[in-house]
Amino acid sequence: MGNLVSKLSLSRRDLLLLLAFGAAVLLMPLWLSPFGAAYPDLLQKFVIYAIFAVGFNLLFGLTGYLSFGHAAFLGAGSYAAVWSFKLLSMDALPALIFAVAISGIFALVIGYLSLRRSGIYFSILTLAFAQMSYNLAYSVLTPITNGETGLQLALDDPRVLDRALGPQPEGLPVPHLLGLELTGYTGFFFCALVLILAFYITVKIFSSPFGLMLRAIKSNQNRMGYMGFDTKPYALTVFVISGMFAGLAGALLAITDPLAGAERMQWTASGEVVLMTILGGVGTLVGPALGAVVIKYFENIFSAFNDQILSNAFAFVPEGLRETVVAIVGKFVGEGWHLTLGLIFVLVVVFLPGGIMEGIRRIMSLFRRAQRPAKGAPARIQPAE
Amino acid sequence: MSTTERNVVLHVDDVHKNYGGLHALSDIDLEIEEGKTHAIIGPNGAGKSTLLNVIVGRIPPSKGAVVFDGQVLTGKKPHEINQLGVARVFQTPEIFPELSVLQNVMVPAFAKRDGAFKVHMMRLLDSEAGIREEAEHLLADVGLHERRDTHAGALSRGDKRRMELAMCLIQHPRLLLLDEPTAGMSRHDTNTTIELLKKIKARGMTKIIIEHDMHVVFSLADRISVLAGGRVIVEGLPDEVRGNPKVQEAYLGGAH
Repeated sequence: MGNLVSKLSLSRRDLLLLLAFGAAVLLMPLWLSPFGAAYPDLLQKFVIYAIFAVGFNLLFGLTGYLSFGHAAFLGAGSYAAVWSFKLLSMDALPALIFAVAISGIFALVIGYLSLRRSGIYFSILTLAFAQMSYNLAYSVLTPITNGETGLQLALDDPRVLDRALGPQPEGLPVPHLLGLELTGYTGFFFCALVLILAFYITVKIFSSPFGLMLRAIKSNQNRMGYMGFDTKPYALTVFVISGMFAGLAGALLAITDPLAGAERMQWTASGEVVLMTILGGVGTLVGPALGAVVIKYFENIFSAFNDQILSNAFAFVPEGLRETVVAIVGKFVGEGWHLTLGLIFVLVVVFLPGGIMEGIRRIMSLFRRAQRPAKGAPARIQPAE
Repeated sequence: MSTTERNVVLHVDDVHKNYGGLHALSDIDLEIEEGKTHAIIGPNGAGKSTLLNVIVGRIPPSKGAVVFDGQVLTGKKPHEINQLGVARVFQTPEIFPELSVLQNVMVPAFAKRDGAFKVHMMRLLDSEAGIREEAEHLLADVGLHERRDTHAGALSRGDKRRMELAMCLIQHPRLLLLDEPTAGMSRHDTNTTIELLKKIKARGMTKIIIEHDMHVVFSLADRISVLAGGRVIVEGLPDEVRGNPKVQEAYLGGAH
């Protein structure tokens, strides 16, 4: 344990968190099966969007800069990965490297321009750039993005690296990692390992001097200037890192399903990652990943419920009443899943401004108080974190 | 030290500041000697805070220049001025309310050590033992060591001011600007702060202090400039200023 602590250069507490997080992610196929969510396609979405949200939280949670255009980097990552499949190789590694590099450069440009303003103006600028990218992908950039059809693999793609290494099998190839085909559960475990790596980097940033500087920027940017910090490069650095996380997520979307469409860049996708982060808990380590899982779960499971499933579920309700119950509940599932999500979001924001993580923290402190009855005056000093 | 070997570290050279037709500052010339405490006093609206803001680069002067240790400060950004060794305590405490007291004091130490921008992403905050020790030491000096893990936002106003002082001191500034460091403090806290500032003086730090409380001014100042209506009307040693009829008149004719 001590050896691992020094090798990963984490505090003991962070190492335990990383191990617990890693175990929870890798065991998702087990603990999510009672919820009916343990199939590879959905599990992949959980971990990929968790990467997206964790990266978004690096920017929003630490510095307080609310980007409303982060989906642009996700989309850029997807396009870059598919192009890597088409031009270079079906191997996942070049695709990942290429996607992270492209989305990083893209984030550098957009971040440099947007960070000239703060607060709502920053948010509007990022939103504008993302919508611009979305519209360009449909119009001027069609040669790169293939417009509405989306960028897809084709039989006659060059794939120079693959062809140089030997004859290609018949039919459309599948993305692989050094020969291991990334489909089904293999694909999920690959994405899961990338998420754990991304989480490790996030933990490192949170507990580093850099992380403290970012939190100080959120707390009082002016003061940072008067104590000798140039805050712009700090914010730009984390903006680029955050954009790279989004690009990484975009690449993984392309790896698990090799096509890229412009709708990934739309403002609704940018808004979704904001919801995930706020729902899970802004500025916490685990919260955004949790928020991503919850939202993707609702999107995929609740939206699949239909009246037939509902009347089976409410079979215990007497005949005449059942139709009414099903009709009411039916509004909240199927196509109405947004309604449920919206209600949950409102409830969380009103009663738990710190998101799901705050709820968990409250429950834990309730337990702790129950174990240790208060003695004397409870002059509770809030621990800083 | 005789006046011929005066070592002037800060020159305020013919500074003017106009807001439209209002002359907030006119013809301000100041010379601050190294290691001395220079107090700037005057009635409300005399332009004291404006002058301080001009020195730290928050407000550009309409005319004139501020020169610190041979470097022209005018036109530089606040962080560049701080990097030259100028730190400031604000009239209303400017702190990081969401961070712990200890973290508040550690943050400025990084600016001193690493400059305006440096990314330490793979290093652990806990392994920055040097900075942490110095921050704890300073917190002990200002009497906040026991509260080092409290959220800074939860401190009382007086405690916030003392913490802000520690945030400035950890940078070992060559020039420290204090904007009413004891405003809103109880008599006891004021006296503690005076003692603390005297201790800093023993370390040879140059200070400019703006203060309403004459008890504080005459306990600390080596030299006093009296501002009224945006001009320096009197400058001299505390004893010279104390009895000056112009000063009496400025205060009586002012807002008080």
